[in-house]
Formats: sequence, structure tokens, C-alpha cells
Amino acid sequence: MIELLQGFLLLAGSLFMLIAALGIVRLPDLLTRMHASTKGASLGVMLLMAGVALHFLEEVVFARTIAITFFVLMTAPVAAHAIGRAGYFVGIELWKGTLKDELRPNYNPLSHRLHSGLKKTAKEADMKTPDTDENNKHEG
Amino acid sequence: MIGIALWISFFLVAMAIILNAYRLLVGPSLPDRIIALDTMYVNSIALIILYTIWLSTRVYFEGALLIAMLGFISTVAVCKYLLRGDIIE
Repeated sequence: MIELLQGFLLLAGSLFMLIAALGIVRLPDLLTRMHASTKGASLGVMLLMAGVALHFLEEVVFARTIAITFFVLMTAPVAAHAIGRAGYFVGIELWKGTLKDELRPNYNPLSHRLHSGLKKTAKEADMKTPDTDENNKHEG
Repeated sequence: MIGIALWISFFLVAMAIILNAYRLLVGPSLPDRIIALDTMYVNSIALIILYTIWLSTRVYFEGALLIAMLGFISTVAVCKYLLRGDIIE
């Protein structure tokens, strides 16, 4: 019984990893690829860790599997956010079918400054841009 | 029973690594390659875990943990290099 559950967990985890890799190859855009890889790979590692914990059934292995699962779950969103920010910073092309890009009208691609969503403050920020540009010179 | 599931899992993870390597080689922009590397280290953790089950030893968990930490740190380092142009200011 426990072997059956373990085999099911291993197969499901590997299948989710393969689905994540397929998403990376097939999807058209950086952001959609990120959406496929982060969630699929994290879920695959979680299921595989549950399978290996069922295989050994020891406290030491439980501690390490829980540590690895916790670490992957904690770091995958941070890494995805960093990659997405770097991609937008570099200026990747979005997919043709993208419906909405709310960052584009408030974002200056040359100075990499982000304005507020309110119109008045956006104008003020536009007027203030030459003064505050010196603080952000190292970013450009 | 578990042997068959283990071999199929090995095959699926290896296929995932091959597809990621394709995206790493072909990828049109640099962030695409970073994403392929980011997924490849998670796949390598899975491969080490499957190898642990195959050998029935417990010595490779530290390796998996190390790969998890160093993969995350290297991903963030390459992203920071893309953002700023240098890693340590």
C-alpha cells in the first residue's frame, strides 16, 4: 500500500517537472514561461520529497525533506520576481496577445523611474525628474 | 513495483532537463536563459532525490540542500548583474 502511494507521488512529481519544462519550451514569452516554470517545478519537488520521505520513514530524512521543501517554496517566488524585474528592466518583448501592460504608461524606460498611478502626482514626478535623476544615476 | 515507477521518473526528469537545455541554448534573450537555468537546478535536485531512492542511502540530501541554496543565490546574482552591471557594489 505504501509502495503504491510512493510510486504515485514519484510519478506525479516527475510529471509536473516535465510539464514545467514543456511550458518553458512551448510558451511564447518570458513572463508566461516564468509562470509555467516556477509553480510546476516547486510542486514537482514537493511531491518528490513526500515520496522520498515515505521511502525511508526516518526522522532524519523527514527533517531534511521538510527543509528542502521549505527552502524551495520560499526561494522560488523571490527568484521569479527577480528574473521578471530584470527582464522588464532589460526591455524584453511581450507576447503579441498581451491584453494589458499597466506598468508601461507609468514607467520611464530610459531613467527606470516609476511614477504613481495618480495623474497629478505623475505630473509632479515628471517635473521633478531632472532634480532626482542624480540619485539614480548608477542604475542607468 | 517501485522500480518501474523509479525508472519512469528518471526518464521524465531527464526529458525535462533536456528540454530546459534546449531553451538554454536557443533562448532568444538573456532572461530566458536565466529561467532555463533556474528550472534546471530544481530538476537536478529531483534527479539527486531519485538517485537517493535508487541507492537507498542518506548521504545525498546535503547535496540537494546545497544545490537549492547555491542555485537560488546564483539566480539572484545573475539578475542583479543584469540590473546593475555589477554584482557587489
